[in-house]
Amino acid sequence: MRMIQRTNISKQKIILIRFISIFLSLMTASLFLKFMGHHPLDVFASLAIGAFGSAYRLRETLTTSIPLVVTSIGIMIAFKMKFWNIGGEGQIIMGAFAASYIALNYSELPKPLLLTLMFFAGFLGGGMWALIPALLKVHLGTNETIITLMLNYVAIKWVTYLQYGPWKDPNGMGFPQIATFEPNAILPKVFGLHIGWIIAIFIVLAISFLLAKTKKGFEISVIGESIDTARYAGMNVKHVIVAAIILSGGICGIVGMMEASGVNRTLSSNVSSGYGFTAIITTWLSGLKASIIIPVSILFAGLIKGGSFIQTAYGIPQSASDVLQALILFFIIGSEFFVQYRLVSSTAKEAI
Amino acid sequence: MNTSFLVAAVIASTPLLLATLGELLTEKAGHLNLGVEGMMLLGAVAGFAAGYYTNDPLLAIIGAGVAGGLGGLIFGFLTITLRANHTVSGLTLTIFGTGVSSFAGTTFIGKKMSAEFIEFFNPVAIPVLSKIPVLGPMLFNQDLFIYLALLLAILLGIYLYRTRYGINLIAVGENPGAADASGIHVELYKYIHVVFGGALCGLGGAYLATVDVPQWQEQITAGRGWIAIALVIFVSWNPYKAILGALLFGGLSIVGFRLQHLNVSQNLLDALPYLVTILVLVISSFKQSKENAPPKALGSPYFREER
Repeated sequence: MRMIQRTNISKQKIILIRFISIFLSLMTASLFLKFMGHHPLDVFASLAIGAFGSAYRLRETLTTSIPLVVTSIGIMIAFKMKFWNIGGEGQIIMGAFAASYIALNYSELPKPLLLTLMFFAGFLGGGMWALIPALLKVHLGTNETIITLMLNYVAIKWVTYLQYGPWKDPNGMGFPQIATFEPNAILPKVFGLHIGWIIAIFIVLAISFLLAKTKKGFEISVIGESIDTARYAGMNVKHVIVAAIILSGGICGIVGMMEASGVNRTLSSNVSSGYGFTAIITTWLSGLKASIIIPVSILFAGLIKGGSFIQTAYGIPQSASDVLQALILFFIIGSEFFVQYRLVSSTAKEAI
Repeated sequence: MNTSFLVAAVIASTPLLLATLGELLTEKAGHLNLGVEGMMLLGAVAGFAAGYYTNDPLLAIIGAGVAGGLGGLIFGFLTITLRANHTVSGLTLTIFGTGVSSFAGTTFIGKKMSAEFIEFFNPVAIPVLSKIPVLGPMLFNQDLFIYLALLLAILLGIYLYRTRYGINLIAVGENPGAADASGIHVELYKYIHVVFGGALCGLGGAYLATVDVPQWQEQITAGRGWIAIALVIFVSWNPYKAILGALLFGGLSIVGFRLQHLNVSQNLLDALPYLVTILVLVISSFKQSKENAPPKALGSPYFREER
């Protein structure tokens, strides 16, 4: 057997390969569940019911998909340049931190002004947190994967410190928690969901436009293909990378603002709820395409919500849904090979 | 700084050392595996389960090695055979390992290793050597697992720099095309070292779960896998330096408890190892030289056809 790089592949074939890989991952998950003594089909059915089974559950799933969509868009910008930003968690937290600073200190401002300020504070918080690895990367060549990851932990510890120390709510009956936001600082609801879903759609559209139709977007994709080409074409590579990463982190920071204001109504160290990590998966599964990020994120939000449902229904720990997510991802990553290459037997060498 | 602090630092450094050695070996084969945290957790839960049910320390170690090695094998299959992206494959492995360990560990939450098991890993003083001031209690009056880790670091150093296989491995990581041309079985080398690297990470996790803590906690590794990846860069892919690098970070991770009287918030002190990791990476990027450089083919897939 040897492999040959495919020169062209039809869309149907790509879809077929993806479909087979998802099918295989579900089969593997079934074996896993069977081994645990559960009936796989029942579990999958409950997973779907837990995720999309009623208006309430659908709303919960969609609320979870908002941060996933937005974080994925943010991470996508970085991934397009092969800048492995796995610091979504930290950028979300620092965005939430900055927005909460405004919310807790200027709550007497008129609501639209206050929320706008919080929005920009969130962007700034996440953007500045991402600026650190971006500057280190372009000037010193420091590995951004580990820096962004370490900054996640630093951000968590920072907010934990605030929660237990200077920002602790004096009226919190001694609990280490930060005060609940005033009604002024809470995102309004539209059709039963906090307004974040409209912001999310707007961000998807804006970033799609930026990447597809503007000069900066073109530069980002060229840098992703080859930094040398970008340099040769006279682009200011460092400048583009830094600007794009601020945008990437800033968008994650907006997620922090939306979660703190629209969902939790306060700041806490688990404001990011692991979205920064899950978004890495959804971004990759979407093939770095903004339009596909929305359905994939809704599906993964369903996996998260369905996962907590089967926890109560079957006593299967929520971590089972993490395993399921990882399995799906393993198979999709593996299937990429069959999209890029085809296998031919060594005897039929020249029969291309 | 007193001796008891240094002894505790060696204990805290052991999971880091094992994981650093594992990742070092993997990277020498040209593969950047970001799944260290996942493989450590796989090893932790497998080691804990094996030790908890059988009370056999050897089985616990073997179980942890096999579990970590299986994690490495998944990564190896994706990145060696299927030429998948290293970063994404490694991250997925971390998600997988975290999920599997939480899942399999639910039954163990709050459970402790038996007294008999713990006793097996009580410090064993090595005659004469343990009497050396400072170094004696630090290195020669420790538990058997620590001796194993130190021995592995030295053996790996000898293997890498003094044996034909080690030199071949370095060739594979630097220039797989040339290694292939000189008759080295590139894929086999990659597989063996990626899997063995995973096994070492698994051992690191098991030390934490069965000896250091020794009680099951979810996500018991708490980010040590990531620190290990940074440590590999810090020690410039050298197993001997890994001993010192791990010791430095082991010390940092416990310094918080020793500084409590300074009235600094524990939560801020907890951020110290992560901040120092960043600092270390920044310093490492300044002093980049030929000797300290990563394997040249690190992270890039190898295609024989393209020769």
